[in-house]
Amino acid sequence: MSSTTVGIEDKRDLWAGGVSPMKVSYGKLMMWFFLLSDAFTFSSLLITYGLIRFSHPAFEGAIDQFVFSQEYWPIPEVVFEAVPFLHGVHLPLIFVGLMTFVLILSSVTMVLAVEAGERMDRKGVEKWMLWTILGGIAFLSCQAWEWSHFITGTEEGGKLLDGSFFYGANLSMNQYGPPNFAALFFFITGFHGFHVFSGVMLNFIVFFQTVTGKLERTGHYEMIEKVGLYWHFVDLVWVFVFTFFYLV
Amino acid sequence: MEHQDAEIEIKPVNKEKINLFLKVTLYLFIITVFEFAIAFTVPHEYKYVRILVFVALTIVKAYYIISEFMHLGHEKGALKMSILLPMLFVAFLLFILLFQAEAIFQAVY
Repeated sequence: MSSTTVGIEDKRDLWAGGVSPMKVSYGKLMMWFFLLSDAFTFSSLLITYGLIRFSHPAFEGAIDQFVFSQEYWPIPEVVFEAVPFLHGVHLPLIFVGLMTFVLILSSVTMVLAVEAGERMDRKGVEKWMLWTILGGIAFLSCQAWEWSHFITGTEEGGKLLDGSFFYGANLSMNQYGPPNFAALFFFITGFHGFHVFSGVMLNFIVFFQTVTGKLERTGHYEMIEKVGLYWHFVDLVWVFVFTFFYLV
Repeated sequence: MEHQDAEIEIKPVNKEKINLFLKVTLYLFIITVFEFAIAFTVPHEYKYVRILVFVALTIVKAYYIISEFMHLGHEKGALKMSILLPMLFVAFLLFILLFQAEAIFQAVY
């Protein structure tokens, strides 16, 4: 019985100060809370997409009958069907699928870097951080292509409500559907892309600190874990963007 | 710095952990491929079935990323709850704005 009493007292002491009750360092805890706030931002953006999409009519009819029109919300797999170097081939969602795998794989190399850091293996951290940075750059390049294709548009273009044709997309008009469709595309994937860009920058900073031996001299590689949390979050957000923007 | 490098002891690779990460990667891969299969086989008439399956699979993927990659599954309960419980606000916002969307649709069309 005495051990239970000690247990309760220990629990009270846990929150009395002087120790970390959640058994994580200050920096890691604050990274978690930052990510929580960022999760709210991204949720708001994606829920706004849902709000605007479902306040427009959906396309009724078979998918092979689909044509671009401002009358209804476009079906994503008809809009995003191009792959670099394969002009004119109908390959719905293949390219975004590839982007998803690139980002998931760079998340995997990130956990491997964290694992190497726990073992104080500087060479391992360097190797896996480099792969992670390359994955991030590959993803950003894919997104740059995706954006330029979306902005340029297709040869057929789309018919606007006044009967004229429009090619590609900008913030106020687009060939694919209602004006808000392109605005939301730019805003959501752009905001995520900027997060990826910041992540690549942070990854590069910790990679640099590993190479110069700064992290080794501090005696631990916790910085890799903190930046890793951010990087996994960017991957997590893409999983949701992929589902709600491209699949649904 | 040379003399310092010699002092640092590199521990052996944690095989168990690496295997876990590779397993999670495999799960994420399979789920994404399955999502593609649903997207191209289930016709668009079954809109709500599609949405339900996609959302469920996305939550499974999110669970693996948060729990294993971000290590939250192995943290203290207090930390888990402080991160996960505020997500109820997101569910609430989703709930009210989807109703709002239906109301706007009814009012305009």
